[in-house]
Amino acid sequence: MATARVVIVGAGPAGVRCAETLLAAGIKPILIDENRRDGGQIYRRQPQGFTRDYTTLYGSEAAKARDLHESFDRLRGAIDYRPDTLVWNLTPGQLCCASQGRHSTVDYDALILCTGATDRLMPIEGWQLAGTYSLGGAQIALKNQAVSIGHRVVFMGSGPLLYLVASQYVKAGAEVAAVLDTSPLSLRLKALPKLLARPGLLFTGIKLLAQLYRARVAVHLGIKPLQVMGDAANGVGGVRFTAGNGRTVTVQADAVALGYHLRPETQLGDLAGCTMAFDQASSQWWLATDDAGRTSVKGVYAAGDGSKIRGADAAEHAGRLVALALLEDLQQPVDAGLRDEQQQALAVMDQFRLGLAQAFPWPSEQAKALPDSAIVCRCEMISAGELRRTVNEKGACEVNRAKAFSRVGMGRCQGRYCSQAGAEVIAAEAGVPVQEVGRQRGQAPVKPLSMLTEEVSS
Amino acid sequence: MSVQKADVVIVGGGLMGSATAFFLRRRGQSVILLERDQIGQYASGVNFGNVRRQGRFLGQLALANRSWELWKRLPELIDDDLEFIPSGHMRVCYREDEVAELEAYAAAPEAAQLDLKIYRGAELHRRFGFLGPDVKGGSYAPHDGHANPRLAAPAFARAAIRLGAQIEERTEVAEVQKVGADFHVTTTDGRQFQAAQLLITAGAWGQKLSAQFGEPVPLDTHGPQMAVTEPVPYALPTVIGVYTKIPEEVIYFRQIPRGNIVIGGGYRSKPDMLNRRAYVEPRSIINQINQMRRLLPGVGNLNIIRVWSGIEGYLPDSLPVMGPSGTVDGLFYAFGFCGHGFQLGPGVGDVMAELLGTGSTSTPIESFSITRFALPAEQRSQAS
Ligand SMILES: Cc1cc2nc3c(=O)[nH]c(=O)nc-3n(C[C@H](O)[C@H](O)[C@H](O)COP(=O)(O)OP(=O)(O)OC[C@H]3O[C@@H](n4cnc5c(N)ncnc54)[C@H](O)[C@@H]3O)c2cc1C
Ligand SMILES: Cc1cc2nc3c(=O)[nH]c(=O)nc-3n(C[C@H](O)[C@H](O)[C@H](O)COP(=O)(O)OP(=O)(O)OC[C@H]3O[C@@H](n4cnc5c(N)ncnc54)[C@H](O)[C@@H]3O)c2cc1C
Repeated sequence: MATARVVIVGAGPAGVRCAETLLAAGIKPILIDENRRDGGQIYRRQPQGFTRDYTTLYGSEAAKARDLHESFDRLRGAIDYRPDTLVWNLTPGQLCCASQGRHSTVDYDALILCTGATDRLMPIEGWQLAGTYSLGGAQIALKNQAVSIGHRVVFMGSGPLLYLVASQYVKAGAEVAAVLDTSPLSLRLKALPKLLARPGLLFTGIKLLAQLYRARVAVHLGIKPLQVMGDAANGVGGVRFTAGNGRTVTVQADAVALGYHLRPETQLGDLAGCTMAFDQASSQWWLATDDAGRTSVKGVYAAGDGSKIRGADAAEHAGRLVALALLEDLQQPVDAGLRDEQQQALAVMDQFRLGLAQAFPWPSEQAKALPDSAIVCRCEMISAGELRRTVNEKGACEVNRAKAFSRVGMGRCQGRYCSQAGAEVIAAEAGVPVQEVGRQRGQAPVKPLSMLTEEVSS
Repeated sequence: MSVQKADVVIVGGGLMGSATAFFLRRRGQSVILLERDQIGQYASGVNFGNVRRQGRFLGQLALANRSWELWKRLPELIDDDLEFIPSGHMRVCYREDEVAELEAYAAAPEAAQLDLKIYRGAELHRRFGFLGPDVKGGSYAPHDGHANPRLAAPAFARAAIRLGAQIEERTEVAEVQKVGADFHVTTTDGRQFQAAQLLITAGAWGQKLSAQFGEPVPLDTHGPQMAVTEPVPYALPTVIGVYTKIPEEVIYFRQIPRGNIVIGGGYRSKPDMLNRRAYVEPRSIINQINQMRRLLPGVGNLNIIRVWSGIEGYLPDSLPVMGPSGTVDGLFYAFGFCGHGFQLGPGVGDVMAELLGTGSTSTPIESFSITRFALPAEQRSQAS
C-alpha cells in the first residue's frame, strides 16, 4: 500500500497533528472538516474578517492555538484539505461527503477519525424553553460570532467547561448570574491526587475560579438542578435549584448554559462497525481502541476527543501517535522516540482524565429524580413519563427498543443530546446499571442532509 | 428439560406471527410463539407503514380487504393505537400509457371495494397541487392509508399475551420435525416445544424451516430503503407512490401528523443475513432525494434526518407463501411477503387462525400455496 489513500476526518488538534506527522513521513492525507476553517472545537478560528487577537480568543491557551494554526497553515498547501465538507455516511472503503449542497464520495484505504466531542447533557424540567443552550453552544456563540446567549446568564452543570465558559463570558463583559455545579467540593478534594498529574492545568482551573469570585459571580457547589423557569412565550426566566445546604434557591436569568463535560462523536466509527466499549469512569460508551488508536476494524483509526475524552493537549499527542500507528501498519519506518514521547504524555493525561471524572461526575442520579413531565428528547418533545411508560408497559428495557416505541433519539440531533440521558431514565426505571440498557446505534446521516443535495461525479 | 406443549407453536414473531397468535387465542386455541430476537424487530417494525390495497395483485385483494376491515377496527380490536390513519392513497405515474394501466386496474371487478378514482391533467394538479409537473395521472384510493410499523407487532403480541398466549423472545428455533402426530420444535439453547399444529411465520428466514420439511422455496432477500425528514407542518395527509417500471423511479412518501415525511423506494440493498442487518445504500438516498424533488418539488427545503432499511423475503412471482404445507399434515406457512405484508398483517393473522382452527378459510389464498414451488418427487427426497 505504498500509495495508501489516507483520509482524516476532523481538523482539530488531533487531526492537524495527525496530518502533520503523516506528511513528515511522505504521506499526503486528505483532511476533511465540516467547519469552514481549521482548529476544531477549542482552537476554532474566527470567521474571515473578524480580527480579535489570540489572547482575547483563547486566553491561557493562546500560544497553543497559535502554534496549531501556524502548523496547519504550513501544511495546508501540501495536503488535500477539504473544509466545509460533512462526512454524512460511510460504507467500507468509502466516505459519503456533502459540501455546499453537493454529494460526492471519497475512497480510503485508511480512515482516521478525529471527530471531537460535543456537550453531554442531562435534562431538567423546562430545558426546552428558548434561551437554554449547551455550554458548547454558548461558547461557540461567543468565540465565533462574539455574541452572548443572553443578558443575564446562568451556567449550570459540572466539569471544567462550566468554569471556562462562565469566565469567558465574564471577560467578554456579559452578566453571569450564577455558576451552579452539581459536584460537591468533597469530590474535588478526593480527586486531587489524580488531578495533580497535571499541576499546570489544575492551576489554570483554580485561576478560573478565582476570576469568577473576583467578578463577584455567585458559585454554588453540590447543587441539585430543579427547573429552568419561564414560559413558551418569553423563554427562560430563571433557574431553580436546591443548594448544598438543602435550601431551594431561585436565580433570575434570561438564558441558561447547561453541560456535564463531553461525549465523543462516535457515529462514523459506529457506522464503520467499530466495537464500542463502556468507560466506567465517565459512564459512557466510546470507541474501543488500542493505546495507539487502532479500532476493531482494520484500516479504521481514531484519535482525540472523538475516541476518548482527554482534552485538547491529549488530542495533539493522540493525533501524532495514531499517525505513527498507521505508518507502522503500512510497514513504514517509525521514530520510536517520538512515539514514546506521545505515549508518556498521554499516560499522564489519562491520570488527569480519571481525576476529572471523579471530581465532576456525570449526575446519573438526576435521571431518576426527573419529574415525569420533564422533556427528555427536545427534538421530538418526549417526556420522561412517556419514556418510562415504554419501559413499564411495553417492556422496552433497551435503548433502541425504547427509541422505536417512544421516539426518544429519533429527532434531528440523532440522539446526541438525549440518548445518554434517555439511557439513564430507562436504566433507573428498569432497575439495572446503565451499561446494560445498551447504547443508541448510529444511523446515517451523521448530520441532517439537505434534500437539495446534488450528486457530483467524483 | 421439560417439554412445553400447546395446540399451536408459531415460529417467528413479526406481524404475521403476532397477529396469528392473537386471533388463535380469540378462537380459544393455546399458543406458544417463539421469536429469535424481539417481537417485530425486523421487517414488521421497520417498514414504510403503507396500509395500501391498490396496486396489489388482483387475486390478493380479497385478503387485503379482510385485513382492511380489521385495520378499521383498531384501536378497539387490540386495545392499542397503531397510529392508523385511513387518509387516502394516491398512485401516480409519469406516462400516458401508465394512466391507461391504472384505469384498467381500477375497472377490475376485484378492485370494486377500493372505490378508485382516476385523476389526470388539470384536474389532478388542482386536487394535488403540490405534485410536480411530470406527474401525468393517478389513481386515488380514498380508504387506504398508513400506520406506525414500530408499534404494530409488539401491540398484537401484547394483546395476545393478555388473552393468554405464551410468547418467548430471544428464542431461536433450530430444528423442526414431525414425530408421530406432533411437531417437535427444538431451540438453539436446547429447549423443546411440542404441538399438533405448527405455523412458520419466519419472514425472510421462512425457507430455512420449510426446507426442513422438504419444501424449499426460491426465496431471495432485499433491503428496501427508507428515509425521513425533519418535521414540518402537517399538510400532506395522502400517501403518494409512483407507479413505474423503471426501478429508480419508484418512490413513495407519507407525512405523519407530527410533521415528518417518511420516504421509501428506489434501489434496494442486499442484506447481510449473517449479522441480520440490512444496510442503506448511500446512492439510494441520493436517488430518493432526486426522485422526491421530481414528485414533490417543495420538498427541496427539507433535510433527511435518518435513513434505514430492513430485511424482507421475496419470491420470484412477488407473492407470499401462505397456507397449508403440501406434504405434512398440521404444518402451515405464512412468510415471504415480498415488500407488501404490513397492510396484510391483521388479515393474515385472522385467516391463518381460521385455517388452523377450522381446516379451511373463506378468503381465497390458493395462489399463495407453497406447492407452486414443489419439486418433482425425486429431487424432493434429495433436498430433505
Ligand atoms: C465547549 C467546549 C470547550 C472546550 N474547552 C476546552 C478547554 O478549555 N481545554 C481543553 O483542554 N479542552 C477543551 N475542550 C475540549 C476540546 O475542545 C477538545 O479536547 C479538543 O478540541 C479535542 O480535539 P479533537 O481534535 O479531538 O476534536 P475537535 O477539536 O472537536 O475537532 C473535531 C473536528 O472534527 C470535525 N468533524 C466532526 N465530525 C465530522 C464529520 N462527520 N464530518 C466532517 N467533519 C467532522 C469537526 O467539525 C471538528 O472541527 C472543549 C470542548 C468543548 C465542546
Ligand atoms: C424497509 C421495508 C419497507 C416495507 N414497507 C412496507 C409497506 O409500506 N407496506 C407493506 O404492506 N409492507 C411493507 N414491507 C413489508 C412488510 O414489512 C413485511 O412483509 C412484513 O412485515 C412481514 O412480516 P413477517 O412477520 O412475515 O416478517 P418479519 O417481520 O421479518 O418477522 C419474522 C420473524 O421471524 C423471526 N424468526 C426467523 N427465523 C426464526 C427462527 N428460526 N426462530 C425464531 N424466530 C425466527 C425473525 O426474528 C422475525 O422477527 C416493508 C418491508 C421492509 C423491510
